[in-house]
Amino acid sequence: MQEAVETLKKVFGSAVRESDSIHGNESVVVQTDKIVEIVRALRDTPGLEFNMMMDLCGVDYPDRNERFEVVYHLYSLKNKKRIRLKVRVTELDPVVPSITSLYKAANWFEREAYDLLGIRFEGHPNLKRILLYTEFEGHPLRKDYPINKRPKTLPTPDSLMK
Amino acid sequence: MYIEEWEKPGVPKPNDAKPFPGEHMYVNMGPSHPAMHGTLRVLLKLDGETILESVPEIGYLHRCFEKEAEVKTYTQVIPYTDRLNYLSPLMNNVGYCMAVEKLFGCEIPERAQWIRMLVCEVSRICDHMVCIGTNLVDLGALTNFWYLFNPRELLTNWIEALCGARLTTTYTRVGGVSRDLPQNTESVLKECLKESRKGISDVIGLLKKNRIFLDRTQRVGVISKEDAISYGFTGPCLRASGVDYDVRKAHPYYFYNQLDWDVPYSTVGDSYDRLFVRFEEMLQSARMIEQILEKISSGPIMVDDPQIAMPPKSRVYGSIEGLIQQFKIVMHGIRPPKGEIYSYTEAANGELGFYIVSDGSDKPYRIKVRPPCFAIYQAFPEMLKGHMIADAIAILGGLNIVAGELDR
Repeated sequence: MQEAVETLKKVFGSAVRESDSIHGNESVVVQTDKIVEIVRALRDTPGLEFNMMMDLCGVDYPDRNERFEVVYHLYSLKNKKRIRLKVRVTELDPVVPSITSLYKAANWFEREAYDLLGIRFEGHPNLKRILLYTEFEGHPLRKDYPINKRPKTLPTPDSLMK
Repeated sequence: MYIEEWEKPGVPKPNDAKPFPGEHMYVNMGPSHPAMHGTLRVLLKLDGETILESVPEIGYLHRCFEKEAEVKTYTQVIPYTDRLNYLSPLMNNVGYCMAVEKLFGCEIPERAQWIRMLVCEVSRICDHMVCIGTNLVDLGALTNFWYLFNPRELLTNWIEALCGARLTTTYTRVGGVSRDLPQNTESVLKECLKESRKGISDVIGLLKKNRIFLDRTQRVGVISKEDAISYGFTGPCLRASGVDYDVRKAHPYYFYNQLDWDVPYSTVGDSYDRLFVRFEEMLQSARMIEQILEKISSGPIMVDDPQIAMPPKSRVYGSIEGLIQQFKIVMHGIRPPKGEIYSYTEAANGELGFYIVSDGSDKPYRIKVRPPCFAIYQAFPEMLKGHMIADAIAILGGLNIVAGELDR
């Protein structure tokens, strides 16, 4: 949604690092520490109202300085428009502010990104592994995780009781 | 205790009676239990039979779809998508191929688009029949299961005639579909629809005034409109909560805007609504199938693009160009240009999204599936709060959580 991108650029200025539009998907790269404010603005500004978080995932680019990218897909039920937000973090400090306070949906999606890529979400109420078991070592969706690696440890049966 | 005694002051009513005050019991539901539909595990904290809290644990069916897809070519990923929502594999095939085609920027032939719509609507009916049928078995109504599974069997037979498999279909290809419709499709599907409609009306007849069914489903597992939106609900569960969002209407793909149909939705957001939204959707899908059978055009079913499609066998054996083209596609795969796409279709459970990052090679750099179940199952603990254990089963069945796409 072009309007949303313009608004973001106007309100947040340099916090919007890049924007492009391929295949009709509006995409914006924003500063990591501003993500909560930006998502809140997208959700609450009248006329934009991106009230649904459709998807959240991490992508690993080992060759880049900022190795990980977290990709948000927001949707506005009222305007029937979508927008894609991205933030980038380094391998040494892969911390992104959590948006669980804005969308209830973010909880499990952020846990999945943490589980599979090792990106930590600051302020998340329950940042635990979700698809894999607690004792699992490593983060399998990282590009340097071998595809045929067998895990050494086995899950304990009652990780929920802890 | 006699009923009159309950009315006396000071005597606790049965609902307030607590067998062991202060003591809570923890009960494991699943992961291997016939009523848990797949391998889902929920830990319940109980006070008597009332659920105080619950923690779902997922991942029992995790099989690294996303990691596996990164080392497979674009075409090799298609069979993996069958296993996402295994109740309606054709819709996953369509959703994935559509995403890759958007990356290429290619438009598939008209007939292929009509066929894709047709198989989507057929599998939507199949999916809803499984969901409703098994949910009713959980509630103790076995007859309905047979009334719905018999017509589903006919539809599955047609799917078998279409692509040789009943569940692991792998029917679509990037750029079209793998084979044309079976010859007697129109008559077979019309017969199937007749049986389906009969089954649906029989089941509705059995349920609509059934006291037990109404007591078990009405006002059970209510989720408000605001919560449903915040949780990212899509599909029948969102529509049951009062939002008429359907990808096929909001962002029509293929020829959905040429069909005459309605988006059914309800207002309460309980188990009852979710079931009846599904009933109505099946009838709408049946309507759509009839229109598609009328409007479907003849023509090629694969795009004519040497970058994407395999040449016809006559050209492979008859000309050197055809042979080279076949060799290039088999050995080097198809290579979409660099870029990324988020493509979405309306699957049986809601919006099925594929986020694909392409680095210009023959393998996807990253595929992220947005399974509709994942968002819906998150709200499960909230729906359970304050209900009985038996209600947990009734609620779960109505959500139609499919572990295959939940865990990927």
